[in-house]
Amino acid sequence: MRFRAKIVDLACLNHFSRIINTIAKLAKTCILRLTVCKLYFILSDKVANGGASMWCELSQGNFFDEFQMEGVAAEHNEIYLEFVPENLSRALKTAQSAKAVKIKLTNKHCPCLRVAVELPSLSSSSRIVTHDIPVGVIPRRMWNDFREPSVPDFDVSIYLPVLKTMKSVVERMKNLSNFIVIEANLSGEMNLKIETDLVSVTTHFKDLGNPPWASEDGCQSSVQGRDLESMAEACIDIKKLQQLLAGQQVNPTKALCNIVRKRIVHFILLHEEVSLQYFIPAVA
Amino acid sequence: MPFSAPPPASGERYALSASLDNARHLSSLLRAVHFQDHATCLATASGLRVTVEDAKCIQANAFIQAEIFQEFSIQEESVMFRISLSVLLDCLTIFGTSSLPGTSTALRMCYRGYGYPLMLFLEEGGVVTVCKIHTQEPEELLDFDFCSTKVVNKIILQSEGLREAFAELDMTSEVLQITMSPDKPYFRLSTFGNAGSAHLDYPRDSDLMEAFHCNQTQTNRYKISLLKPSTKALALSCKVSIRTDAQGFLSLQYMIRNEDGQICFVEYYCCPDENITEAEL
Repeated sequence: MRFRAKIVDLACLNHFSRIINTIAKLAKTCILRLTVCKLYFILSDKVANGGASMWCELSQGNFFDEFQMEGVAAEHNEIYLEFVPENLSRALKTAQSAKAVKIKLTNKHCPCLRVAVELPSLSSSSRIVTHDIPVGVIPRRMWNDFREPSVPDFDVSIYLPVLKTMKSVVERMKNLSNFIVIEANLSGEMNLKIETDLVSVTTHFKDLGNPPWASEDGCQSSVQGRDLESMAEACIDIKKLQQLLAGQQVNPTKALCNIVRKRIVHFILLHEEVSLQYFIPAVA
Repeated sequence: MPFSAPPPASGERYALSASLDNARHLSSLLRAVHFQDHATCLATASGLRVTVEDAKCIQANAFIQAEIFQEFSIQEESVMFRISLSVLLDCLTIFGTSSLPGTSTALRMCYRGYGYPLMLFLEEGGVVTVCKIHTQEPEELLDFDFCSTKVVNKIILQSEGLREAFAELDMTSEVLQITMSPDKPYFRLSTFGNAGSAHLDYPRDSDLMEAFHCNQTQTNRYKISLLKPSTKALALSCKVSIRTDAQGFLSLQYMIRNEDGQICFVEYYCCPDENITEAEL
């Protein structure tokens, strides 16, 4: 098993740091899956995570100038590592004006991701700051636990409103209630609702648009003939939604959610080079 | 109305119904008195008064007169209810607190009467939020019986002179001592904290002093923890009037100019702290 990679371009480095910051807001611990072409950040839906799960995928070529990976075996040319994204986030904080960042998988005393940040210095030799981030190597027999979740058979799919507005509203609602109801219909309308003994607040978004889904899995056909006005709703933990929105430092190119009424809300946020899926289960 | 929120249906009489193009005209004033969770709202034909009290010693009132609202109509002589100020503020600022130039949240407020919740309709950028806030029986409010005929000492200062002083008050001191006198030191703020005593004097001929009417030397102490929240009102204001009566009750009145240049008032009343020994004075 070998892994070494290098980022030299400052814009790529900053973009990569922003992605890690977003992941760190969503997961205390997660899985990093390395393949020849892509990096994946995976959080599986264990009870410990409150049932939320995440799948983030990016093409290594868009970020790394050098990328060499040798997996556990030839037929299974991948590496699965468990790590704390906050550690990587902190390491990358020191790289804001770096000349280069090298990441390497090492196993001196225990498996680590060694992040070496080369900083500009006045003398001829560079300053290098090294961070060793402990990782756990996931054995191949457990890889099945981390497969890409399938898009659920949703009742409604809708584009999200302007994230800045959604974020403000959800942050205020978080002060008032622990749970939030998201409901949406196929006429581009979405409501966010909280209700407690003291107060009820509903925010109405209109003209959001509904994404056209190809009917490969018959989703589209089950949708046609459905009442366009009827709302599909799910009640979810408001903190999970707030964490997802708070982690979005840059506006995504596309942001949408799929609602399976009373079961789960599936968020898809696409930036140019990164796709992030986040699943929040409905509470009973 | 700036947006098509559902107006009260005909036949539904609202005891209080008001509209405001910029909800910040209300929320910023309410924040200046937000030192307790609950507040009592009193609406009369003159406008809205929101009162917050603590420890039976301090009372703050925010006045938003009817002229500030685009519409203010009240069906009874007065309407009064108790409400969670924290919840009210979260609702009024549902679209965020940052004031981007050109954007504002429009507000419509409706109250059907005793026992009904307060309804808020807020709109910004085509997005509408509807809030229903539970109201409670109003509690009896303190009456400081403070009228202009009973005032012993009064000064009016430009707020910028006091802002730094209040922001940097030594909070390890239990009290804030205020001395007002026709003679030196004229107007003095004192604290007695862990590091020692601190005195801040304002001469009567200072540029910041707009009016100085002190007839008697008075030194009074007030619990600093009760007065500290008034810093929020001071921060918003352009002028403050400081008055005391014969019992040492303190009245602080803050003149606040909103984004549109309209004037509103916030006042704080505070009882003097009784636990003073001669030795300390």
